[in-house]
Amino acid sequence: MAATYEKIATTTLGSAASSINFTSISSAYTDLRIVWVFQAVSAGSNAGLRFNSDTGNNYSYTAITGTGSTTVSQRGTSNNQCYFMANSTAATSQLQIFQTDVFSYAGSTYKTLLTTYSGDLNGSGEVSSIVNLWRSTSAVTSVTLLFDAGNMTAGTTATLYGILKA
Amino acid sequence: MLNTLLGSLSSGVAASTSSYESIASATGTGSSGTISFTSIPQTYKHLQLRWHCLASSAYIVLKVNGSLPNYLHYLYGSGSAVGANGAANLGFLMVNETTSTTYPFVGITDIIDYSSTTKNKTIRNFSGKDSNSTAGEVNLESYLINSTTEITSIDIIAQTANWDTTTTVALYGIKG
Repeated sequence: MAATYEKIATTTLGSAASSINFTSISSAYTDLRIVWVFQAVSAGSNAGLRFNSDTGNNYSYTAITGTGSTTVSQRGTSNNQCYFMANSTAATSQLQIFQTDVFSYAGSTYKTLLTTYSGDLNGSGEVSSIVNLWRSTSAVTSVTLLFDAGNMTAGTTATLYGILKA
Repeated sequence: MLNTLLGSLSSGVAASTSSYESIASATGTGSSGTISFTSIPQTYKHLQLRWHCLASSAYIVLKVNGSLPNYLHYLYGSGSAVGANGAANLGFLMVNETTSTTYPFVGITDIIDYSSTTKNKTIRNFSGKDSNSTAGEVNLESYLINSTTEITSIDIIAQTANWDTTTTVALYGIKG
């Protein structure tokens, strides 16, 4: 029997890689949470995810970002992945964190996500809050966390949690 | 609590040792625009609502102990603009956008120190809706309940609409 909040799986990269996969995700929970702590090998990669290996243009987002000196809100439509970094790319200098909640991931509606991005780079950086949409009524059974160019460093970690309602 | 009891009685069910417990959940009926949690136990330190809501176009309102929050301050992004404001006696969970029957409006709402009888109550909310178009919004909100009365009931209300049957709202308790 599933618990109210429990870890489903965790991955720590032993060597640099461009993606992390969680597969065969059980439908036993109500929501999913993903905590991803990463650093880039080289600059220039945007970070995000895909569900069920869907590479179609079925993803979109609305984001608000604070850079330390200004605020900005951006959107993307008909993307081929969920984007979590609307205003920048993954940095090489410091660890950065995504926390993503996937609501009603096994349900029959489109899937909406809430993500916070925390990336202070000791003199630059940003904080963002993002709502993402995956226009699919399929249950989420796999999640691929990915860089769209370049690799994450060895030691990057990602943990998948399940949250169950009463 | 149920898990704890069952865990004691049956080797097949793990006892709950979590500091994060499910208290109750509700789904939309298609014929009502109000989801209510009443008689909330006073045995936790904080509460959290996780909601996934669909309805024909309506603003969503939070009520606590039957009343709107005394104050709301918010920051939002529409995809092209950033805005911030505050208002008295306002309980909107998303300030500019309304619900949809196609695109879920979701959020996580934390109700801090809800059982205190000596403190006013602060609530924070992170919510959003994206519709692959200009009709999207992400929100960060803070509400003040200017009362030292413990919180015993919460309502999530779709103004002028009924909650679709795909709507789910879950209430969790966080131990202190």
